Amino acid sequence: MSGFARRLGGMPWREFAASAFSGTFLLAQALCAIHVVNAHVFSFALLRGASMLPTVNLAGDVVVVDRVSPRLGRVANGDAVLLISPKDPRKLVVKRVVGMEGDAVTFLVDPGNSDASKTVVVSSWDPLIQADVPQGHVWVQGDNIYASRDSREFGPVPYGLITGKIFCRNPGLLLYLHLSELTFFYPFAPEFIEVRMHI
Amino acid sequence: MGTRNHLWLAAKRTLTWYLVGFTISDRYATLVSVTGDSMHPTFTAASSSLRGDVVLAERSCLEKYQFSRGDVVLFKCPSDHRELFVKRLIALPGEWMQLPGSPDIIKIPEGHCWVEGDNASRSWDSRSFGPIPLGLIKGRVTHVIWPPSKIGRVDTKMPENRISPL
Repeated sequence: MSGFARRLGGMPWREFAASAFSGTFLLAQALCAIHVVNAHVFSFALLRGASMLPTVNLAGDVVVVDRVSPRLGRVANGDAVLLISPKDPRKLVVKRVVGMEGDAVTFLVDPGNSDASKTVVVSSWDPLIQADVPQGHVWVQGDNIYASRDSREFGPVPYGLITGKIFCRNPGLLLYLHLSELTFFYPFAPEFIEVRMHI
Repeated sequence: MGTRNHLWLAAKRTLTWYLVGFTISDRYATLVSVTGDSMHPTFTAASSSLRGDVVLAERSCLEKYQFSRGDVVLFKCPSDHRELFVKRLIALPGEWMQLPGSPDIIKIPEGHCWVEGDNASRSWDSRSFGPIPLGLIKGRVTHVIWPPSKIGRVDTKMPENRISPL
């Protein structure tokens, strides 16, 4: 018994603690690096749903999301963007920017049933006209206008809701598999969430 | 060779702490300096010579977007995404509230909230730009860190001179 105690006492506990600490710190560092790249440089997202149909596959597509451009204000008309849904902040949606400040957007109100169209002027601040897009807002629409809930329904969205610009589709199946594994190990991976679009 | 090694090590250490700090400020809590007098007296109005109060904003509330009425929140300005505002949350999604200074009663749309500054006369807030999407919220202010005389928690309270949501 005393032999066991002596062996226990003779163990280099201090070194164990030191190596455990350095190992943990290294892991933490790696996770931090992943987070920073994911949140501020680029990340991947799996898109599903019918609202961007000709662009994004119905069965789901992996896209690369550029996180730098929206921050620098380099989002222009025609860009597909990832944005926080104005109706539910826990959801991310993908839409295409159709109108920015200074544009007039004409769209079909209910393309499935009628030809009625409506025009909104995406201009600077004018609180008197309700349909007008206030300053700093953008008009977003899904590519599949028959099955998309977008600015036609909830109005223009503030630019601040845009969290990424989509710049590459299907970066290779291998990469996706690799990333889905990474998601499994990454304990706090909000960026790899599945992006469901409103149908 | 020795100095180069030294420099490399220093750079590596800086980068490491930068990454760690960035992650903590993104995910858990961040420090923000408040300027402007829209939140007077909760936060001091900053004059040109003095910088405003430094406050601690926690980010963990962003996981579920659960807020309560009276929280002080940090959000991106709806008309300029580069600006961050600090205001008090007055009404949450789905609640009915009376518009200040008018008999109208409106329902806050789904996923939106109503924010107002404590200093109603000097604040540019939901009374001018309407309800804002919850997605613009970037944190909840919990403590004042600086100046030392004001260190302490930021209370969750509803302004008394306003009619609370029905």
